[in-house]
Amino acid sequence: MIEVNDLRVRFGSIAAVKGVSFRVERGAAFGLVGESGSGKSTVLRALAGLNRDWSGDILVAGEAQGPARTKDFFRRVQMVFQDPYGSLHPRQTVDRILSEPLLVHGIPDVDARIRRALAEVALAPLVRFRYPHQLSGGQRQRVAIARALMAEPEVLLLDEPTSALDVSVQAEVLNLLSELQRAHGLTYVMVSHNLAVVAHLAAMIGVMQEGELVELLSVEDLRAGRTRHPHTAALRALTLDLEDPETAKSA
Amino acid sequence: MEVIVRNLRIAFPSHQGMAEAVRGVSFTLKKEKLGIVGESGSGKTLTARSILRLLPRQARVEADRLEFDGIDVLRADEAALRRIRGKRAGLIMQDPKYSLNPVMTAGAQIAEAWRAHRGGSGKAALAAAVELLAQVQIRDPRRVALSYPHELSGGMGQRVMIAMMLAPDPELLIADEPTSALDATVQAEILRLIEDLVSRRGMGLILISHDLPLVSHFCDRVLVMYGGRVLEECRASALARAQHPYTRGLLDCLPSLVHPQRQLPILERDPAWLGP
Repeated sequence: MIEVNDLRVRFGSIAAVKGVSFRVERGAAFGLVGESGSGKSTVLRALAGLNRDWSGDILVAGEAQGPARTKDFFRRVQMVFQDPYGSLHPRQTVDRILSEPLLVHGIPDVDARIRRALAEVALAPLVRFRYPHQLSGGQRQRVAIARALMAEPEVLLLDEPTSALDVSVQAEVLNLLSELQRAHGLTYVMVSHNLAVVAHLAAMIGVMQEGELVELLSVEDLRAGRTRHPHTAALRALTLDLEDPETAKSA
Repeated sequence: MEVIVRNLRIAFPSHQGMAEAVRGVSFTLKKEKLGIVGESGSGKTLTARSILRLLPRQARVEADRLEFDGIDVLRADEAALRRIRGKRAGLIMQDPKYSLNPVMTAGAQIAEAWRAHRGGSGKAALAAAVELLAQVQIRDPRRVALSYPHELSGGMGQRVMIAMMLAPDPELLIADEPTSALDATVQAEILRLIEDLVSRRGMGLILISHDLPLVSHFCDRVLVMYGGRVLEECRASALARAQHPYTRGLLDCLPSLVHPQRQLPILERDPAWLGP
């Protein structure tokens, strides 16, 4: 579904992404992990068409993508951002927020689709007439996910979708994302600095460091500790140390 | 230094009368590392800030006892509070991007804190600032002292904040989500640094976080807060074996690298946790 070959992004004299390549099958979930400044979000933004200044190949559903994307691309590929406080228009009701993608893409049946979308992300029908500030962080992220799904996309790009949320709400949103993926056969590319969160959703994981994809491994290999690059091993050790200090110390 | 909090209640005026944000919290703190965990809105930040009486103006605070080293915080005047705030108890906030002055160099900000509490010449304060930057394990303290906050990374900014808090040599450090804006690797470094400074200088520490594993790793004792109340108190090392269903729920809903689950358990909230 997605193929990225030798992607390079520069900001002035700084090479932010230095030749990254990966593929994601249709209906699969791919996770990118790394620290801030490793270039993981930059890869996602180039993929989303939010940054036009890149070189290399990006293929979505077999079609090579240029710097500018078609309207159809923006229907098929949608993005969910980290901070639901910053990514929803503060002066628009949920109804207006959700109807916009439908109007942009000329999709009929606005009313029925909004009702269905709210039900799908487990929000009460009344939420439709609320403003973002009247909702909790978890509810807002559900609205952001509902908006991304309005135009029936095939690919969701998820940029730290749960890191601004409480752990209890994070669990609900992660469950919702896996249900939606099964129900719609969606392809996910997810960026996070939290290894456990990425491993929960993604089957394949790419580890980034200083603009390079230093390791590509399956979630089973990651869980079992079959890592090849020291940075992957270090990230894994940190997660384990916090998760289960007793085992980590004896290991 | 001893902090005593007995039956602390904090309320805010709302359309439906007073809304209670903290409802009867009690604890005592000596030279130890106390963690306060809970979700957003549980009252953990308000509870810690009440020790410095750093609360929004419209907040109504009541307590049977609220003492910092024998000083009645609720009845103290501003001058007495100024002798506690910053000087005897420092506060480290979440995001160095917003809590450092963007138009002052890191060194000048630390020197300002130093002079405000200890006096002395500007030159001596600047030298002290460089020394403090070295203490928070900054390799090139002179260069960092001359840098502006936007020239520093998040982890470096948080080190500058910590150096500034250490300037007056406080007895208590309140760290409110000090590492939530940082990467996992930097997070561990900063917490190890705080832990090291706290034990070396014999300070008390209140670490506020929503991250249970983190708190259990770095503290001695943990208070679990929900809806403005303390639901459970336990030794930090025993947090993984916590008894209260709320604490259990928070621990269980974390995705795990070692024990994968197809579906994460959802926290079922019991209205009884809110208490009377």
